[in-house]
Amino acid sequence: MPELLTRPWPWYVTGPLVGLTAVALLVIGNKQFGVSSNLRHLCAAWFPRNLGFFRYDWRSQGLWNLVFALGIVAGGFVGGVLLRNPDPVAITARAHADLAALGIRDFSGLVPADVFRWGVLLSLKGVLLIVGGGFLIGFGTAYAGGCTAGHGITGLADLQLPSLIAVISFFATGALASRFLLPLLLP
Amino acid sequence: MTAPAPAPPRDRMLPAYVLAGIAFGVVLTKGELVSWFRIQEALRFDGFYLYAVFASALAVAAPAFALLERRRVRSFAGDFVAVPPKALGRGIRYAGGGAIFGLGWGIAGVCPGPLFALLGAGVGVIAVMILGALVGTWVYGYLRPTLPH
Repeated sequence: MPELLTRPWPWYVTGPLVGLTAVALLVIGNKQFGVSSNLRHLCAAWFPRNLGFFRYDWRSQGLWNLVFALGIVAGGFVGGVLLRNPDPVAITARAHADLAALGIRDFSGLVPADVFRWGVLLSLKGVLLIVGGGFLIGFGTAYAGGCTAGHGITGLADLQLPSLIAVISFFATGALASRFLLPLLLP
Repeated sequence: MTAPAPAPPRDRMLPAYVLAGIAFGVVLTKGELVSWFRIQEALRFDGFYLYAVFASALAVAAPAFALLERRRVRSFAGDFVAVPPKALGRGIRYAGGGAIFGLGWGIAGVCPGPLFALLGAGVGVIAVMILGALVGTWVYGYLRPTLPH
């Protein structure tokens, strides 16, 4: 694969394209860019259990979002496998030293192989990180009604105060969790 | 004899949403927004990459949203483009839900878009994290009547 296609994109290409994704969904069918709603749609489709939160027509409201998410999976294959960057992610030297001090040794790939491997589920720490982390992501985004996409991009781009509150909140606790909880949970 | 109720028309824009999703998945991976390393770099204030991505994304999206809404542009599906306002209420759901999501984000180094993109990128164990996120979403749905919003 030519180097031009495999090398990572700089922020000034990535950021505007994220913004354009939100614009494109509005232009295509007046849809609000967001990803976490898919977790709700999947619950509504698979185990609604007569709960009010899941009692709505997920086909008419969520099908567009679910096929968008399916596209993200396919795009992840294109960008992460077919056009895979052979070099480690070029984080700052400070970040590298910081994470190495937490015990990260393998800096190759998009995610650390020390953490994102099946064997990690054999330890309590690993279960808390993978399953517990996932649980908090699902619970929190459902409670807040959006994530980094729905609040961080769509809501902020529309200058909505509720989204600003959510964004400040998740950046604050994200920073705290990375500093104080992550060191306890790394294998 | 009454005719059976017609099936609701399938959204003819579905292929366009798939394509937008594929494009966004490529942006997430090639832009390294799926990278645990990039997220931790940002949350530990060791680099500005993620903040620059957010700022430049908003620099594109905010003026475009305003223009689309003010000019009363119609989407390809035919309706006027309008982003519905979120009800602020007491704001607890945004502060509290955001705080809980942030904890998960800081621990996992992954947010919902990357959950799906990393699955495609071949990180198998991400499937377990998605399962955890589905359980979390369901438990919220179960507890919702008892939670302050």
